[in-house]
Formats: sequence, C-alpha cells, structure tokens
Amino acid sequence: MIFFLCFVIFLIGLYCVIVKKNILKIVIGIAIMEYAVNLFLILLGYRWEGVPAIVTETVTQAKFVDPLPQALVLTAIVISVATLALMVSLCIRIHQRYKTFDITKIRRLKG
Amino acid sequence: MKGMTIIVKTITKFLSPLIILFGVYVVLHGHLTPGGGFPGGVMIASCFILLTLAYGKEVAYKKLKRSTSSVIESLGVLIFLILALLGIFVGGYFFLNFLPLGHPLKIISAGIIPLCYIGVGLEVAGAIFAVFLALVLFKSGEEKEKPQ
Amino acid sequence: MNLIPLFIAIPLGVAFILALLGKLKEVVSDLLAALSTLSLAILSFVLIGQLKTHGIFVYIVGKWTPPWGINLVLDGLSLLMLIIINTVAFLVIIYSVSYMKKFTAKSRYYALFILMLAGMNGVVLTGDFFNLFVFSEIAAISSYALVAFGVEAEELEASFKYMVMGSIASILILFSVGLLYGLTGSLNMADVGRMIQGKRNVLLSFSMTLFLAGFGLKAAVIPFHAWLPDAHPSAPAPISAMLSGVLIKALGVYALMRIFFNVFGMGLQLYWTFMILGCVSMIGGGLLALRQEDLKRLLAYSSISQIGYIILGLGCGNYWGIMGALFHLLNHASFKSLLFLNSGAVEYSTGTRKLEKMGGLSKVMPVTGATSTIASLSISGIPPFNGFWSKLFIIIGLIQAGHFVLAVITILASVLTLAYYLRMQRYAFFGKLREGLEKIKEAPSLMSFSVIVLAIICLGVGILFYPVMKIVLEPAVGVLQEGIRYSSLVLGG
Repeated sequence: MIFFLCFVIFLIGLYCVIVKKNILKIVIGIAIMEYAVNLFLILLGYRWEGVPAIVTETVTQAKFVDPLPQALVLTAIVISVATLALMVSLCIRIHQRYKTFDITKIRRLKG
Repeated sequence: MKGMTIIVKTITKFLSPLIILFGVYVVLHGHLTPGGGFPGGVMIASCFILLTLAYGKEVAYKKLKRSTSSVIESLGVLIFLILALLGIFVGGYFFLNFLPLGHPLKIISAGIIPLCYIGVGLEVAGAIFAVFLALVLFKSGEEKEKPQ
Repeated sequence: MNLIPLFIAIPLGVAFILALLGKLKEVVSDLLAALSTLSLAILSFVLIGQLKTHGIFVYIVGKWTPPWGINLVLDGLSLLMLIIINTVAFLVIIYSVSYMKKFTAKSRYYALFILMLAGMNGVVLTGDFFNLFVFSEIAAISSYALVAFGVEAEELEASFKYMVMGSIASILILFSVGLLYGLTGSLNMADVGRMIQGKRNVLLSFSMTLFLAGFGLKAAVIPFHAWLPDAHPSAPAPISAMLSGVLIKALGVYALMRIFFNVFGMGLQLYWTFMILGCVSMIGGGLLALRQEDLKRLLAYSSISQIGYIILGLGCGNYWGIMGALFHLLNHASFKSLLFLNSGAVEYSTGTRKLEKMGGLSKVMPVTGATSTIASLSISGIPPFNGFWSKLFIIIGLIQAGHFVLAVITILASVLTLAYYLRMQRYAFFGKLREGLEKIKEAPSLMSFSVIVLAIICLGVGILFYPVMKIVLEPAVGVLQEGIRYSSLVLGG
C-alpha cells in the first residue's frame, strides 16, 4: 500500500515536469521524482520491528533492517546532487542568453 | 556579495571549527558508525559555504581559492583509485582489502576502508565547494566554470 | 586476467590527472589523452586472443564471490562493444586535437570525454544491476556537460532538453532496479536471472516495461526520441560523432540486449515489441530526415532510423537476424562517426551547416568529399561496402522467420536512406561551386587522418566481412542466443 503512495509522489513530480512553464519549476519537478524513488528504495528494506543495522558491543541477535538499500540510496542521492547542480547552472546560463525563464519562448531549435 | 550582520559573524567564528571537526569525525569513523565519505565531505564543504555566506565573497575566497578546491577534489579521487589498483599488485584482485583486518569495533580495523573514506571525503568536500563557488562567482561576471 | 579492470581504472585516473594538469601547456594534455585512448584500443584487440582460450570470463572484484560481490563479465558481446567504443574514441580524440583549438578550456574537454569513456566501458563490462545504473549515470552526466560545451544559446537549450529527458530515464531505471531487488533480494544479473525463471507476475512485467522505457529513451527509439534531433546537431562535431556513433548504442541498445536476452528471457510478446518499435523507428526516422535543411540534423534523424534497423534485427530472434543486427551496430559506429566528423570539417571550413548554402565542396575539399561519398554509399547498403552485408543479413533473417511484410518494409526503408543521402551529397559536395566558397582550404591533417582511417575501416570490413564475422561477431551472437543460460555460465564457472 505504501509503495503505491511512492508512485503517487512520482506522478506528482512528472506532472510538474510536463505542465509547468518555468524551467526552474521543471528542475524542482525532477527533484521531487528523485525523492520518490529514493523513498521507495528505503522502504523496501524495512523489516517490522527492526533495529538499525549497526553492531555495537551490547547488541546480540536482534532483527536488523536491511542495510543494502541504504547504501544504494546514498549513491543515488550523490548522483542526483551532481545532476541538479549541472541543471541549475544550465538554467543560469540560459537566462543569460535568452533573458527569460519561460520554456515556451526558448524554442529556437525546430523541425 | 556582502556579509551578514555582526551576530551571524560572531557565531560563525565560534562554530566553524566545531563543524569541521564533526565532519572529520564522521569521515574517519565511517566503518563503525553511519556516515562515511559522502556525508562527512558535505559537512566540511558546508562549513566553508557558511563562511562564504557570513563574511562575504572576498574573505572566503582568500581562505580557499577555487583552484585549490579543484586540486583537492582530483587528489581525493586519485588516492581512492591508487588504493584500488594496489589491490592488484598485492593480492591479485582489483579492490582487494589487503591491509590487516584487525579487531571489530576498533578504529584501526577493516583494511583499506578508512583510507578509501578519507579519499572520498576530500573529493566530495572539494567538489561541492567548487560547485558553490562556480555558481556564486558567475553572477559577478567572471569566467565560466564547469561544475563537476 | 587483470586487464579487465584496467578498462575502467585507466580512463578514470587519466580524467582526473587531466583535470589537475590543466594549467600546463596544451601539448601535454593532448598527448596524455591520445596515448591513453590508444592503449585502451590496443588492449581491447589483445583481449580477442585471450577470450578464445577462456570462453566467458568472470572477474571477481575484491575477492567477494557473487552473489554477494560485484563481478565484471567479459564475454563475446562485451568484447565487441569494447572494441567499437575504444577504437572510435581514439579516432575522435585524434580529430579533436585540431578541431577544438578554438575553444579555451581544452583540458576540461578531454577530462569530460575520458570520463564518459570510463562510464561506457563500465556499462559494457559489469554484471551487476546497480553498477550498471551508476556507470550509465557517469557517462550520461558527462555527455550532458559536453553537449553544452561551447556555450551558445542553442547548445544550452538542446542540453537542457536532453538533460531533463535523460534524468527521467535514469529515474525510471532506478525504480525498476529497486523493484527487482524487492522481488528477488539480489542485485547480481546472473542471480536475478536464475531466480525469476518461469515466474510471471504483474510486478515483473511492470519492471520490464520500466526498463524498456528507460533504456529505450537512452537508445532513442521512436516514442522516446525527441531529445536526439536537438542534442546531436548542437554539440561540437567530435562529441556528436561520439554520442551518435557509440553512446546511444553502449548505454541504450547494449543494456536492452543484456537485460532482455540474458536476464529476463525473451518471449513471443517481447520479440513482437522489439520488431514493432524497430519498424516504427526505421520508417519514422527516414521520413523525417527527407525534409531537413540542416546537415547535422539530417544525420541525427538518420541515426534514429538505423537504430530502428538494429532493434528490428534483434526482435527477429534467429541467427541471421541477430548477426545482422550486431554487424549493423559495428558498421553504424564506423560510418555515422565518419559522417559527423566530416560535417564538422565542413563547418570548420565554411562556417555553416545549412545545405542550401553549400555546393560543389568536393572540388576544394577532396578528402572530405571522397570519404563522405564512401560513408553515404555504405549507409545506403551498396556493395561492396559494409552496410550492404549487414542489411542483407537482417533481411535474410526476416524472410527465414516468415515476416515477409517486414522484409519488404526494410527494403523500402533502405531505398529511402539512399534517397536522402544522395540528396545530401548532391547539395553539399557535387554540383557547381558556389561563389563565396572558392577560398576554402582542406581540413587540417589530423582531422583528415581520423576520417581516412574510418573510411578504410568501412571499405575493409565490407570486403573482409567473413573474417570479421567469424572472429568477432560469432561469439557475440552466441551469447545472445544462449539467453538464459548466461546465469549458469556466470555463477557456475
């Protein structure tokens, strides 16, 4: 059930990318989609009544949550930081050349 | 880009060594507690970002130039790559964990993993600060920078 | 066999060393980039002999045995892709030594280029799903930055559009990798392949659809092609050659082949999906290319059409269909890179890309004109060049499988390709020399060197196609035809 809600957040991000006209809002839409996927990956690793997967001296045979999706999400967050940084700097450059943020006016390539 | 009020400047003067220290702690204990290279590097970079925001661009630019942070970033990746390649010469497999493994839960244990995390921490700190400087310096009309 | 991780380690190290040494003289970075790509190209040829003795080779990283560890797999298909990627990269670097002289940040260009090469090598070598995602992202982010390299207005707009669509594709791929992990509990390709044998539930079909959408967008099949006609013309010419000749194949078509043939196992519905997507791409790309006025935009639409050929051949499923598809992959890398590099030479000398402003260029630029004619004849499928054999094999495969309608459509698309390439040649190279163009000189010698080598490859592979087929292509076809037994080969051996 909760995975379905992750997919709803993904669809909200997709709506934002398709409908909005300001290119910065499109970038925020992509960020929302990345949040949805990261949330989905972490929720895959949850075990009912689990403890964090850290071994200290006092912990004996307890039920750990799955640590592998946490490593995957860490890498995915770093990749999305790099992508978003590149996109935002492209937006600044586009504003310098086209003098607008409106995507319906940034249309010199056609055909 | 001017600095902020005197309250912010004073608090920053006290807090920034603590932030760097905490970042270094998270990087070095990556094999024992949650964290590791990525979050620790981001914390170190955010301390320099805080200095830039509080004191204005010129003061922070004297402390850490853009070219220095690029050099630190490249050095971090090269440390990581050399450690991975040394695995071939010592044991025969790429990325082999060739230092002694030690006892669990001590800080000097788990082979090459703490050294790898130091490389990753340097790289992430250098990269994020270089990206921030590129975005800030662009507005004043300096030459273009490729954030990477 | 410690040569395999060098394909990823050498480009990664050289890219960051180039970023460090950017302030030195230009010759140092040129030499370093050229030498590293030359050594990688030579290494990929050396591996042909090693693969004959070993068969499939599984390299275990860090001594963690699969399925807990990451393994790098070298089989016939990976070797074919490695040879294509590294050879084309070396020739493009030689070309860009003189083409990129007018840009200032040349060492950063080399660093990004070699980082993209490291990402592509990683994609074709890995045997693990999340590793595939990470290397695909490394290559894709480097290509976004390279498309926007000379910061004109149109390049930025094209790069933004490419980046938005590429990010959506990456998010879909990550979603699907997460779904597969939740269903099977493992990320290793061979392990997942073994566990999902014979099971069919709705989540697996959803995961297959997401993979098809994500990697199909990176390969530019027709429903997802909208970024390609903007991104490939606006990039600098060597980057267009690299993107169109190698990147859409390494990231898109290779990943589709590996996942659908070796992990999921092809069924009748998947074969028909591939064939329909391939047919639509072939016809759509060809028809849209007929009315183009811009030289590089015509070549970009032609790329969509040729990728349609490859996917149609893959969807056929029998020996000749897959052989034709893989041979066309090799051929398309050589002649499409040749055409894009030539268009870069034309733009370097004349300063324009519009077909109506050119005319009679082969009188003043003989090398460019001759090699461009060779490439146009190859891509249209005229014997004895290499395009003829690959299109013939695809048509033989279609007829053997009984799809006569599709075979006729393929032949018609071939005629269409000949039509628009003849139109391009007539406008650009033959005919009367236009008035303002008498003073144009030939392209510089390093650019001509790469172009001549690629033309020799086109002619040579066409004449010597039988040895090329036996040595390089048959192992690759064998891997794809084995299909699901890939998992037992990797884990058992």
